[in-house]
Amino acid sequence: MGEELDRTQFIWRSATGLLIFFGLWSFAAGIELAPRKFLPLPWEVVGRGITLLSEPFSGQTLQGHLAASLQRYLLGFALSAGVGVPLGLLMGWYRWLDNMVSPLFDSLRFIAPIAWVPFAALWFGTGIGGPMLIIFAGAFPPCLINAYRGARFVERKYIEAAQVYGASGPRVVTEVLLPASLPSIIAGLRIGAGAGWQSLIGAELIAANTGIGLMMVRAQGALDTSIVMVGMIAVGLFGLLIDVALRGVEAWVNRTRGR
Amino acid sequence: MANIVLDNVSRSFRRDGKDFLALDKVSFVCNDGEFVAVVGPSGCGKTTCMRMAAGLEVAGSGSVKVGGKEVKKPGPDRAVVFQQFALFPWKTVQENILFGLRSLGVGRDESAERVARNLKLMNLEGYESAYPHQLSGGMQQRVAIARAYVLNPDVLLMDEPFGALDAQTRTVMQEELLRVGHANPRTVMFITHAVDEAVYLADRVVVMTRRPGTVKQIIDVKPVRDAERWQAYERIEDVMALASFVHLRTQIWQLLRDQHDPADH
Repeated sequence: MGEELDRTQFIWRSATGLLIFFGLWSFAAGIELAPRKFLPLPWEVVGRGITLLSEPFSGQTLQGHLAASLQRYLLGFALSAGVGVPLGLLMGWYRWLDNMVSPLFDSLRFIAPIAWVPFAALWFGTGIGGPMLIIFAGAFPPCLINAYRGARFVERKYIEAAQVYGASGPRVVTEVLLPASLPSIIAGLRIGAGAGWQSLIGAELIAANTGIGLMMVRAQGALDTSIVMVGMIAVGLFGLLIDVALRGVEAWVNRTRGR
Repeated sequence: MANIVLDNVSRSFRRDGKDFLALDKVSFVCNDGEFVAVVGPSGCGKTTCMRMAAGLEVAGSGSVKVGGKEVKKPGPDRAVVFQQFALFPWKTVQENILFGLRSLGVGRDESAERVARNLKLMNLEGYESAYPHQLSGGMQQRVAIARAYVLNPDVLLMDEPFGALDAQTRTVMQEELLRVGHANPRTVMFITHAVDEAVYLADRVVVMTRRPGTVKQIIDVKPVRDAERWQAYERIEDVMALASFVHLRTQIWQLLRDQHDPADH
């Protein structure tokens, strides 16, 4: 009963927030706070978005650009998670690996993903490797750090039980550290997913020949700000979708643990 | 099976830049197949003794041997039952009990048979695929004991295994442990601060002193138990009402009382 009330309340409040936002936007555009060409009305943006579904811009429709971005993103993110999580867990168990990797990792991770763009372009041209490198630079550090922290803070009693019952190093990592740090790993994946998505769009603004980022930068060149906004909205919505999906995984893990 | 020998074991801890002596020249033996309880006030280092036999901690000086071999690291020949159970919450009852068998490389059929036997022994049939959080504390500790017993370990090390259970469950578990011990005798080092429990379960009771931990006295329970036929009584409260039981319990209480330091309270 109370929960249901909270839910309706939540929906009403978010709707109100959105309404206020679009109202302010329409008002600002209506009084031409900026020239109409640079600040289009909301429904102009929506209309542009709908025509973009059938009319290509810069060689692709909206969904074509989105598909190109998503494909790079999934590959880059899979690589980040596939390397970051196991490496983080192993570093959490094997001290020598931790000592070997940590100094290098701790200095590299402060370089903004965008700073890799020159090399991404020089090494990979406009192929898939460039964007993957940028996504990796954004998504890999949170994946690794959270797996590592998760492994380091596993309750002592589980590690002792594993040792007493004769588990080898690899078994401790896969059967104790991995499941015990799953909540932390998923938190890292969520942060990494967001960071990777942001860096991909950033990279496409500079070096790509398809994708949402490219569409936005071309539209800017053509002074078609409606398309830029369509791009921003698409990026925001898909970022949200990715996070919702991972939150679902998180909730499922917590449920199976009885939390 | 094997015996456990602590010989002149000392151990100190460093805290705030100062060394604290936790154990001072502790020596005692758990003979082959013998159930030895170690009692003492909290902080006397009794758990540390067990952890050294398990290989989870090292002695500062002196030697800790199990089956004649110096203990260097933990291993499935010395199964531990922890106070906080330490079952893997992401594994089912069955998988938890299988964990050590897989380390030993026991084959599938034999593993299944041994797990089934121990589930039955600990009255856990039907709970194979339950997760620990779905079980009560008493049930969880049964799983932990099954996980230890299934390995047929040389020695069993138990660290206040019933300390986290409510009084009634504890009583049931004590009776069951005695029953399981009769069916399948092991060398056991049993850490507890409950004097009743120690006298009820053990063949001998090692009484330790407050910090730094030393062995105050070792009390032989087995001769009294055999002479007075405690095993004829099925229920723990009947045994506890016997004059011979009360006498031993009082003796141990007095040993613990003698060292009582009013400044601590």
